[in-house]
Amino acid sequence: MEKASRFIGKEIPRKDAGDIVRGKARFIGDLKLPGMLHAKVLRSPYSHALIKKIDTIRAKKLAGVKAVLTYEEAPNWRAGLPVHLGVLSRKVLYSGDAVALVAAESEEIAEEALELIDVEYEPLQAVYDTEEAMEPGAPQLYDQFPGNQFPLACPWMGPNSLQEIVMGDVEKGFAASDIVVEGTCTYDNIPNPLPLEPPGVIVYWEGPEDLTVWSSAQSPYFLKITLHYAMGRINVRSIAAQCGGSFGTKVLLWQLAFYAAALARVARRPVKLCYTKQEHFAAYTLRLGSRFKGKVGIKKDGSVMAVSGDWFINTGYCSDAAQGMVAVGCGELQLVVRCPNWHVKPRLVCTNRNASKMVRGYGGQELEAAFIPVLSIALEKAGIDPFEFFKKNYVKPGDGYYWRDGNWWVCRGLDYTKAMEKGAEVFGWKEKWKGWLKPSAVNGTIRTGIGVGVHGNADVGEDVSEAYVRLDPDATVVIYSCVSEHGTGQRSSLCKMAAEILNLPIERVSLAPPDSLVNPYEFGPVGSRGTYAIGSAVIRAAEDAKQKLLEKAAPLLNAVPEELETEDGSIFVKGQKDKKVPWKAAMGFDRTCMGYGYFEPDFSVPNFMMIFVEVEVDTETGKIDLRRVVAATDVGRVIDSQSLKNQLHGCLGAAGLDSATFEETVLDKKLGRILNPNMIDYKWRTFMELPDFATVILETPIETHLFKSVGVGEIVTSPAPPAVLMAVSNAIGKRLMDYPLTPDKILKALGKLGEKQSEVNT
Amino acid sequence: MSERFVTLIVNNQRYELRVGNRPEDVRPSHTLAHTLRETLGLTGTKVGCDKGECGACTVLLEGKPVLSCLTLTVECDGKNITTIEGLEDPQSGKLDPVQQSFLESGAFQCGFCTPGMIMSVKALLNQKPLPTEEEIKEALSGHYCRCISHYHVLEAVTKTLPGSESR
Repeated sequence: MEKASRFIGKEIPRKDAGDIVRGKARFIGDLKLPGMLHAKVLRSPYSHALIKKIDTIRAKKLAGVKAVLTYEEAPNWRAGLPVHLGVLSRKVLYSGDAVALVAAESEEIAEEALELIDVEYEPLQAVYDTEEAMEPGAPQLYDQFPGNQFPLACPWMGPNSLQEIVMGDVEKGFAASDIVVEGTCTYDNIPNPLPLEPPGVIVYWEGPEDLTVWSSAQSPYFLKITLHYAMGRINVRSIAAQCGGSFGTKVLLWQLAFYAAALARVARRPVKLCYTKQEHFAAYTLRLGSRFKGKVGIKKDGSVMAVSGDWFINTGYCSDAAQGMVAVGCGELQLVVRCPNWHVKPRLVCTNRNASKMVRGYGGQELEAAFIPVLSIALEKAGIDPFEFFKKNYVKPGDGYYWRDGNWWVCRGLDYTKAMEKGAEVFGWKEKWKGWLKPSAVNGTIRTGIGVGVHGNADVGEDVSEAYVRLDPDATVVIYSCVSEHGTGQRSSLCKMAAEILNLPIERVSLAPPDSLVNPYEFGPVGSRGTYAIGSAVIRAAEDAKQKLLEKAAPLLNAVPEELETEDGSIFVKGQKDKKVPWKAAMGFDRTCMGYGYFEPDFSVPNFMMIFVEVEVDTETGKIDLRRVVAATDVGRVIDSQSLKNQLHGCLGAAGLDSATFEETVLDKKLGRILNPNMIDYKWRTFMELPDFATVILETPIETHLFKSVGVGEIVTSPAPPAVLMAVSNAIGKRLMDYPLTPDKILKALGKLGEKQSEVNT
Repeated sequence: MSERFVTLIVNNQRYELRVGNRPEDVRPSHTLAHTLRETLGLTGTKVGCDKGECGACTVLLEGKPVLSCLTLTVECDGKNITTIEGLEDPQSGKLDPVQQSFLESGAFQCGFCTPGMIMSVKALLNQKPLPTEEEIKEALSGHYCRCISHYHVLEAVTKTLPGSESR
């Protein structure tokens, strides 16, 4: 848009900023309903067992206990992909699996009641490793999934959802390659996304078929749909509170809703279930485990000729979305590596540990983190600079790829070369790059290394959005878009878009509460789709409302609508500001003017992110210090720079970057228990360890919508893990192939810790 | 048996709370975080981990930052407590400069850690009006922010320091 903007790109405090700094923003834990009960979950100490006997009599007798449920009494609601999960089951599948549910007058009473439930288990043999779980004779988690492998179809992505990357002829591709390498890399440290606020719901049955759910949902409307189908086509009203961080994990809250709704049905009172931090660690959402075992063929000039291999994916004890992540991951790898010949087969495997579910990075991070190190062996042999390689091989306009729906899409987005080069310049890549497995500096025992990663996602145009925009005669505007605020400022950015179109002070534009009863369908702010997909629906709704308003004003001004403009609640003939009428005159004091807008999926505009990192490795202790990060992107046009930069900084942590080094859920592979389910033993980056962080944000108009903008928040995380692995490998001069890069692995690689160097292929 | 009470002065308001086992009572096991949120309805104080590991529940006890999830209410008898709700001017609603600076700098994403961080910054600035960047980081090092708003937080704190306009 050439016209100067009034709000787009301007720094305006978020609509909820005042509430947040005052402590007035209402999160799920802050809400109470009259007569509300509190729920607690009894969890299995065994990672695989049958419940032989369960006795709840003593718990039910405890004063203040209003409902106790076991698998024998729980309702027959079904979830999972494909459907394989109930509310409770006789067979527990991981240490932490739900065994019984209690609702009581207070949390203390509910906790006390859990201790009064007597359970006798028959422990079964368990399996934790992906490939071991696939072997004949391995313990089976589900009868219907032999070999512990889930089918890969993801019906909500269409009848032909992407289940592998197969094209061309890999044998011919390898034959035509100058260099062919094989390797295995494992990214299976199952970091916990761990938003500060644990997940929570409050449910209430308004009638036998009518359930209202208040929750910390990232996607309240999608939760409504999920529960509607899972709970026997009941009516669900889903209302989101302010969401205290999600990173994908609070999209699918069906399990908490199941537990609370089952109890509420018995108790006939509202039931609140908020997980403790320990449950959040040990019984909620982890990242997928990922291992790539395969072969890559390249030409000396850096052209990739063929990729083949197996992608082993560990989803823990169940799957409710992993197939979607597999599909998107397969799509995203094709954006990063242009190659004519592919044969990559995913294997989605269940094991006896807590589940991996939807997490920022969504398949692509997991696949690329494991694939890029294998590819890097080839680049190392050919002496190719990885930055130049990514620049050459990242998808360009006119290139095609199979996306998650199984269809072939042709990129009509941007050539991001300029953003890559600008990023490299700011980072100083050319000066610092000394070649593969070579440190960029050595200072005593401290060695410095650099690495680079790239990622993109065509899901910025995924799924459907709908919105209404209502104009009121007093020149105020209400947007109806079922978006909860989970930290990206999306609700405020949508207000900016509508205010820009309707040319009103931003204070006059608000967003209806995220309530499925009042808003139309909205998939939710996920996968960086907020700007393009949700934005398009709101823009269209605002334009539609504006058009209707101008049509009403036209006769009053003896003009046609095309000659009219509106500003601050007045409608006037363009160029003649004195010839004007207020909105109220155009629509009447007792009318409103409603516009409708929608968005249909479009996978032709991939976004882009490149991450450069510099690390220092202490070769005496194996400690890694992250010194510098540069995140480079092109967003078409900035909507809100504070929110954008905040999200780019969000590549640190389990979101991506720190999963390469220290973010790790430690599973005891004898008992299947998580050993670090607390924020002391689970390590996280503090204010004292912040790296120098620069962002490079270009604004080359991109053909999305009116504002020519595209979202990037979700994707910033994904290029980081392989970039860090590359940097550490270069610093110490040894090729590393197994995340996380803990000090013991560094010292082993350097030959300073015993003889065992199994993780290292030097 | 005579009834026992605990007196809290929260944001300059005095509360006499009975100690006991009835539902409305303060139990000896109740944490200050629980009493503030559940008994007094001051939900601006957030509970992230409830184990003293994340900093979200930080309030000021006699001007010093404490983790209210690790502080028993009965230990606070007669003490002055300041929560996030107590920072703005009670008459005009005008924000405290630290709140204002967080607002203007966009020093949050999901906002769940924000009240606790603001309280720690208040405590720091009360004690040391012109801290160095290292001192600011040290004061905030016990606060977990998963969205990674750290850089904007540091900017917000720096902007509240005296003379920051000319820096």
